[in-house]
Amino acid sequence: MPAPIRLRELIRTIRTARTQAEEREMIQKECAAIRSSFREEDNTYRCRNVAKLLYMHMLGYPAHFGQLECLKLIASQKFTDKRIGYLGAMLLLDERQDVHLLMTNCIKNDLNHSTQFVQGLALCTLGCMGSSEMCRDLAGEVEKLLKTSNSYLRKKAALCAVHVIRKVPELMEMFLPATKNLLNEKNHGVLHTSVVLLTEMCERSPDMLAHFRKLVPQLVRILKNLIMSGYSPEHDVSGISDPFLQVRILRLLRILGRNDDDSSEAMNDILAQVATNTETSKNVGNAILYETVLTIMDIKSESGLRSSACGSQNQKRMLASLELELQMVVSSLMWELGTKFGSIGNQASIYVALTSLLKTVQTDHNAVQRHRSTIVDCLKDLDVSIKRYAPSKRWHIDTIMRVLTTAGSYVRDDAVPNLIQLITNSVEMHAYTVQRLYKAILGDYSQQPLVQVAAWCIGEYGDLLVSGQCEEEEPIQVTEDEVLDILESVLISNMSTSVTRGYALTAIMKLSTRFTCTVNRIKKVVSIYGSSIDVELQQRAVEYNALFKKYDHMRSALLERMPVMEKVTTNGPSEIVQTNGETEPAPLETKPPPSGPQPTSQANDLLDLLGGNDITPVIPTVPTSKPASAGGELLDLLGDITLTGAPAAAPTPASVPQISQPPFLLDGLSSQPLFNDITPGIPSITAYSKNGLKIEFTFERSNTNPSVTVITIQASNSTELDMTDFVFQAAVPKTFQLQLLSPSSSVVPAFNTGTITQVIKVLNPQKQQLRMRIKLTYNHKGSAMQDLAEVNNFPPHLKEKSLRFCEFLHISVIPFPHVALQEETDLGGFDNLRAIVKQVISVAFE
Amino acid sequence: MIQAILVFNNHGKPRLVRFYQRFPEEIQQQIVRETFHLVLKRDDNICNFLEGGSLIGGADYKLIYRHYATLYFVFCVDSSESELGILDLIQVFVETLDKCFENVCELDLIFHMDKVCPLLEQGSWKTEFRTCQATCVHYILQEVVMGGMVLETNMNEIVAQIEAQNRLEKSEGGLSAAPARAVSAVKNINLPEIPRNINIGDLNIKVPNLSQFV
Repeated sequence: MPAPIRLRELIRTIRTARTQAEEREMIQKECAAIRSSFREEDNTYRCRNVAKLLYMHMLGYPAHFGQLECLKLIASQKFTDKRIGYLGAMLLLDERQDVHLLMTNCIKNDLNHSTQFVQGLALCTLGCMGSSEMCRDLAGEVEKLLKTSNSYLRKKAALCAVHVIRKVPELMEMFLPATKNLLNEKNHGVLHTSVVLLTEMCERSPDMLAHFRKLVPQLVRILKNLIMSGYSPEHDVSGISDPFLQVRILRLLRILGRNDDDSSEAMNDILAQVATNTETSKNVGNAILYETVLTIMDIKSESGLRSSACGSQNQKRMLASLELELQMVVSSLMWELGTKFGSIGNQASIYVALTSLLKTVQTDHNAVQRHRSTIVDCLKDLDVSIKRYAPSKRWHIDTIMRVLTTAGSYVRDDAVPNLIQLITNSVEMHAYTVQRLYKAILGDYSQQPLVQVAAWCIGEYGDLLVSGQCEEEEPIQVTEDEVLDILESVLISNMSTSVTRGYALTAIMKLSTRFTCTVNRIKKVVSIYGSSIDVELQQRAVEYNALFKKYDHMRSALLERMPVMEKVTTNGPSEIVQTNGETEPAPLETKPPPSGPQPTSQANDLLDLLGGNDITPVIPTVPTSKPASAGGELLDLLGDITLTGAPAAAPTPASVPQISQPPFLLDGLSSQPLFNDITPGIPSITAYSKNGLKIEFTFERSNTNPSVTVITIQASNSTELDMTDFVFQAAVPKTFQLQLLSPSSSVVPAFNTGTITQVIKVLNPQKQQLRMRIKLTYNHKGSAMQDLAEVNNFPPHLKEKSLRFCEFLHISVIPFPHVALQEETDLGGFDNLRAIVKQVISVAFE
Repeated sequence: MIQAILVFNNHGKPRLVRFYQRFPEEIQQQIVRETFHLVLKRDDNICNFLEGGSLIGGADYKLIYRHYATLYFVFCVDSSESELGILDLIQVFVETLDKCFENVCELDLIFHMDKVCPLLEQGSWKTEFRTCQATCVHYILQEVVMGGMVLETNMNEIVAQIEAQNRLEKSEGGLSAAPARAVSAVKNINLPEIPRNINIGDLNIKVPNLSQFV
């Protein structure tokens, strides 16, 4: 048998593969060769073969047949074999017990080997993959190596001990004696890993924490040496001496100093020094500064400050700088650095600056006052920056909310609609957000933007607030009356601006459909403001009053919850044409902008609808197709009452019957007629089409009950494999009732050779626009698939004809964000629609 | 704790995959792919931190990455690690690789075997070193991170230990075993004893100097 090819030849061969299939074939061929070599118990080339296997494993090919070969390599006398064997064991071995037992013996032998590198390999492997049994068996050897004078082994033993403690916490005591001398070590690797070990022990046991508090002076000394030592080529990273060790020590200090006066005091001094001496022009410095700031905030620095009164002048200055002001400056400095330069570290430092800025802002309001101007600078581009650096939506919302809480008066006006849009889009955060906002404005209406966002959210999600169904926060008990109390006090507070009052009144109005037992109270409030001295407010109130009295049947539809906008703009607030509290000049000629869908004008039509016919749409001067701006407009619409415009065209009720070709707003198709009585049936729709699975809905109206719609679903499969265990589930809003009949089969045959049919009956007593959420589960190509989808494109035919006006109102309230998302939409359709909506409004509100 | 260290090229081909938390093989591959797609769509001018993909544990884990020309270095860490610190650690790791493989270009080359091959023919011990490169990167990483925790950040120390181990390996004949042992035997002939500048044409000048080598 010829010698097997080398790893590098294998790599070279694989790289010549043009296709995935070709690569797979090469690998299979090589695997066969390796297997036969393994069978022949070839000792010479075993390590070469395992090395090749590891490479294939990295590329995602199965390599577990090499597991036993790894064990044989470990048992070999040669370092080369052991090196590959241990690596292979770490990469390939699973939790199999028998293999672990074999390994335990090998590792035990190697831990006592005469060569430090063999010992190192054994430690490394144990510290990576040691099971709890292995850890129990070998903890003694690890402890022995932790006390050795060989720093190469000692640092590995320390990390191995961490692994042992994680696996078997009760073995912690065993390592306690060995920790005594760890910090006396000069070698930074050992120091670093020792600090990791100490941190692990402190976090696991309060006893250990108390025990290790006595190490604070030693840690302080190490830290001091690091910052005072000057340049050492060994540990220098961008001009800073071993930042990794510094960060680790600062973290340990934080744990040790938390809730402990003495240790906090012992570290105050050094923290001030680190904070003042660290060069922050590079990422490395920021890493340290960030940890320092966090540590300062976590420990009891204030008590330290008080007792420092008797210290020397120099000390005092140092300690004074520890004050939160310093953190403020640090944060804003980091902010500046971050915004000025675009390099990697500085972007990261923006993230850090924001985090620490916000932590500080929470702690001390006075500091915020003193550094107002710096903060304001930081806030200038707050939204864009935060959006770019936000690791999650929750963080994003929290962050902007916290900024609004403390420095709300200084943010740009568009922060309000932006935040509202963000909240709207984070469905899972609604309950959480409304609760946070409710708490934030309790008794404090000084931050107007915050109050506006809060009012909007309370109006929108008041039901969630009252039901107290928030998982993330301590749930609060709020009654409907209490919520209304808040909103009413916003209305009467003399801190509230006209805009804020508008938000509050609209919120109260919206609550009339979300609250159950306080509708009369809401009616009363609304009617009181019908005679408000504020004209805008008065107009709103009068309109809402009319909604209660004349159009009560439309109220729930009009005030329905805002839909989620599926796309979020990636651009900054500059995209928002109209901002809160400002009024765009409204051109008199409402010429449609040249191209693209026009969400904004849609929104303004809506506004028409709510505002009566003496307000006309504001056509934005900058045409935009971003759904975000649509969001902004929509939000404005329900909150902002300062829109003005020229009078609308005279009402032309006669033209209504002529409306024959409005677009299907819901699916963006303008070809299908909306009001075509000649059409015999209701057009079918494609409700879902993804991964080869297509689901079509066909509709029939029940003969016995016109409120019942019979929907037949047909699922087909265009892929080359059958979909089995197919289950279709559907849910509709509460105002509907749904009956799902059993399906014709549970297998969707491949290549569109057949369909599953299933009948759904929907009862729609309130004649609302139907929306449906569907859940699909099936097995395809051996894996279980699951998908959720929302079907919004039901034809409006599903409602009764007499409700057409309402239908118009409704569809224009609900769907426009979806329309806005359509990349290609017929512009003519929109124009048409605008005209229609105007006419409908003039009729409806005549 | 570091959960995973992934290195892949701009096309998503894995070049180093190391998990410190046990995942089944197919999940590992999916994580690499998911991570690649998460990282790929990010501009060079935006933050180097992002939330982990759903497979690796989502928001509880952060992906911290750096992009060097053709390679992405991604570390997946939990909250017990300093994000900024990890950013520097990646730099240390890459610089260490760079030192072990002599220069940055070569680092690039390690992963592009086709370009490396001409260099491989030169036959120095470093060549020998490169032949096992797929495992070698692992060995270097092993001296930097152990069991998901940072072990050593002093580059000189790491390089020294790696070189010592490579020498040990070489003394045993290295990966290529018997054939290489013959080569090393030839190389190990005491070189100073052989006159280096023998030039047949200038025999008269060079030969007298030979005595000082003996």
